Amino acid sequence: MALHVKTNVNGDAAEFLCEPDETLLDALRDRLGLTGTKEGCGTGDCGACSVILDGRLVCSCLVLAAEAEGRSVRTIEGMAKGDELTTLQRKFLEHAALQCGVCTPGFLVAAEELLRRNDNPTEEQVRYWLAGNLCRCTGYDKIVRAVLDAAKDMREHAHA
Amino acid sequence: MPKDIATRTFKQVGTRPLRPDGIEKVTGRARFGADFSMPGMLTGRILRSPHAHARILKIDTSAAEALPGVKAVVTARDFPETDDGLHDIRMNVMAREKALYDGHAVAAVAAVSPAVAKEALKLIRVDYEVLPHVTDVDEAMKPSAPVLHQHIFTANESPAAKRPSNVAGKYEFGHGDPEAGFRKADHVIARSFKVEAAHQGYIEPHACVANVTADGQGDLWCCTQGHFMVRAISAGLNGMDLSKLRVTASEIGGGFGGKTTVYIEPVAVALSRKAGKPVKIVMTRDEVFRATGPTHSASIDVKIGATKDGRITGAFAELRYQGGAFPGSLADMGAMAAFACYDLENVRTIGWDVVTNRPKLAAYRAPSAPAICFAVESVIDELARTIGMDPIDFRLKNAAREGTLSSYGPTYQAIGLEATLRALKAHPHYKAPLKPGQGRGVACGFWFNFGGQTCVSLNIGLDGTVALSVGTPDIGGSRASMSLMVAEELGIPYEKVRCIIADTASLGYNDVTDGSRVTFSTGLATIQAARNAIKVMCARAAATWGIPEDAVEWVDGHARPTGPNAGNFEPLSLADIAAQSHQTGGPIAGHCEVTAEGAGVSFGAHLADVEVDRETGAVKVLRYTVAQDAGKAVHPAYVEGQYQGGAVQGIGWALNEEYIYGHDGRLQNAGFLDYRIPVCSDLPMIDTLILEIPNPGHPYGVRGVGETPIVPPMATIGNAIAAATGVRMTHAPMSPPRILKALTENQAGT
Ligand code: FES
Ligand code: FES
Repeated sequence: MALHVKTNVNGDAAEFLCEPDETLLDALRDRLGLTGTKEGCGTGDCGACSVILDGRLVCSCLVLAAEAEGRSVRTIEGMAKGDELTTLQRKFLEHAALQCGVCTPGFLVAAEELLRRNDNPTEEQVRYWLAGNLCRCTGYDKIVRAVLDAAKDMREHAHA
Repeated sequence: MPKDIATRTFKQVGTRPLRPDGIEKVTGRARFGADFSMPGMLTGRILRSPHAHARILKIDTSAAEALPGVKAVVTARDFPETDDGLHDIRMNVMAREKALYDGHAVAAVAAVSPAVAKEALKLIRVDYEVLPHVTDVDEAMKPSAPVLHQHIFTANESPAAKRPSNVAGKYEFGHGDPEAGFRKADHVIARSFKVEAAHQGYIEPHACVANVTADGQGDLWCCTQGHFMVRAISAGLNGMDLSKLRVTASEIGGGFGGKTTVYIEPVAVALSRKAGKPVKIVMTRDEVFRATGPTHSASIDVKIGATKDGRITGAFAELRYQGGAFPGSLADMGAMAAFACYDLENVRTIGWDVVTNRPKLAAYRAPSAPAICFAVESVIDELARTIGMDPIDFRLKNAAREGTLSSYGPTYQAIGLEATLRALKAHPHYKAPLKPGQGRGVACGFWFNFGGQTCVSLNIGLDGTVALSVGTPDIGGSRASMSLMVAEELGIPYEKVRCIIADTASLGYNDVTDGSRVTFSTGLATIQAARNAIKVMCARAAATWGIPEDAVEWVDGHARPTGPNAGNFEPLSLADIAAQSHQTGGPIAGHCEVTAEGAGVSFGAHLADVEVDRETGAVKVLRYTVAQDAGKAVHPAYVEGQYQGGAVQGIGWALNEEYIYGHDGRLQNAGFLDYRIPVCSDLPMIDTLILEIPNPGHPYGVRGVGETPIVPPMATIGNAIAAATGVRMTHAPMSPPRILKALTENQAGT
């Protein structure tokens, strides 16, 4: 029997019908048309499906869609404000931190959460925080540089 | 060499502008394979064999067909056998008399929802007669091994093979007499190696949507490295006319060679046609591992002899590669690549192409080269140590250079091997101090690079902007590189160019994006198309001015009169000419159709520091430097990205990644948890050195750069481990259990 779920996605009220065993990832992609969140594995091993659920970084493939009831979800689609990219998004472009780009939404969501918690992470902290996100194209070098540079930029802006 | 290469200075090529597909990729708006949907679309799913080798006695689909919500079921019967040269791929897409590996497709359904499709798969009854199987290459070559195909007789063997076997072919290369060479040597080292199979590990699983009508017309969207190839096979297997199936390539979430063939696309077409509705198939990760392209696994013998002053006198390698259930393990290419880095008088290689009960191999970045490089470069390293020579000096002394007769036949033009080795030797990394328990390794590698069939179309807009259509999917930033070349050639800003990947109905045939061919051959065609457009624009200017066409030249984005009789006219910009085009002869475009030759071989050399934990056998990569010849780096940031990404894939294969089969012939680790690719915290930064030794075969000197970076890492890491521990690893990946075993055996032996 289908469930009726009322939730909030990227600041807007959203509702959908879903199967009891349907994942939040499937509901976002197939019910709400938010295909920016990707499926790389469906088993919690790649981080391509990373979203923020009530302030916590989660793999949306490991969350049931019904669990979103009454909570708030933040996805890659909620990151830029209109046509204005966030510092992280800009730095990913400037540093060529994406090749194919399929891992990029997951990395951006995860990295944003890191910088929210720690505005001055070391390279090692960045590497361990992002260890749950797989990228097969870049070897991570440019991703780590982009995140460190974004953190620096954001600190300078905050203090300016 | 065309004279403009060596002297030419570039205005835009070599800069690092933002990529044109960037914003949609950082905002989640880019549409990858699984992101495409259609109204009324059905979900397709595939039933796969749980057995490594089994005769299919009967498939009963009646219960699945009767399930409400199921709209179509297909089996091998829906892909009738014809004499079209697609025999093997037809059999791989849908098993016929036999299932040949764990994960081989046997039937497929299309249903109104994923849940119904899943339910329907459970209702399909397949009666199997389980047969003995073989998954190891050396086992598969034994006369007692279960034989997969009764029609395979070893090719190129003399006397001709009389019995069918799993050995599909034998390939030999080389010149001189290695045995005579070994007699002249002061030191001869012979070793045997094993390398397990790896998967390309792209993060995006295969996905497609087919919308085909009963008369065999329709559309197919998919993530692929070659949509013209997808069209040929999907249309071929479904008996459709090529031109009636339009294939559009989506954004592609990684391929590395793994998306140069098809698995689900012909099935989606068949289901859609039968159901009369669009059908979407998206593979699960489990399916990606069990049924799509891993690499070969390999068993290799290498023997090399050298004099005490460091000159190699003879070299021999025998390569046994299994490439899964169908011929084509690429052992021939491995045998060609084996000694490509060296200038040798006496060299011989033999490659054996072997079939086993594993999924059919797909290309993976420089396919076949990493395994043989591991074997050869390990022995080279050991020889250098035995002689007491610096490993880079030893390689330099024997390095292939311009004029060297390569071990696989051709004589090299200008190449960059020596330059990369010297660059590494001069790098601070090479002299940095090491702590106890740490070791440093070096290795070099080679890839052929491809050209191939290419077609592009360039259209000048009335406002002076330019649209470029290419037919090679962009797997790593090629739209940025193509736009740069157009901007360079036409003399207009990069921002005025937009490059798209055109569908199969909008452009002539293009070979797949593989073999590092795009920047080279699509680039070559793009430059030619731009030059053709310039010719048209010069002619328009000449007509406007009333002077001969050859009295007009193109400089910095403008047509100018030139020469004594040209007269005095204000130069016309591209935008001026475009704006007038409706009065001067109509639309302006440039095209190019070419089979690109002269791809220019590629060499690289890698340097790694590692630390080995003697208690766990774990290896930590502390520092890594890649030096490679790019010919000309069009967009250096993406060249670095190729070096870094390829090196890290190689590091993963060197240390962890492998296909593990159980005694039952089933894949034991079909997921990212157990098939562990490198994660961020496993790695250091990857330093890159871009060398530019122009390729004489390209107008800007470009060489492909994508393949070579995966070739040296396994050997580089193995050599570093040997330096750190004194133990030579001969079985890759060099995972903790293997290292521990080797350390223990070494201790017991001393
Ligand atoms: S899709 Fe959720 S972690 Fe891979
Ligand atoms: S850019 Fe392709 S997986 Fe990260």
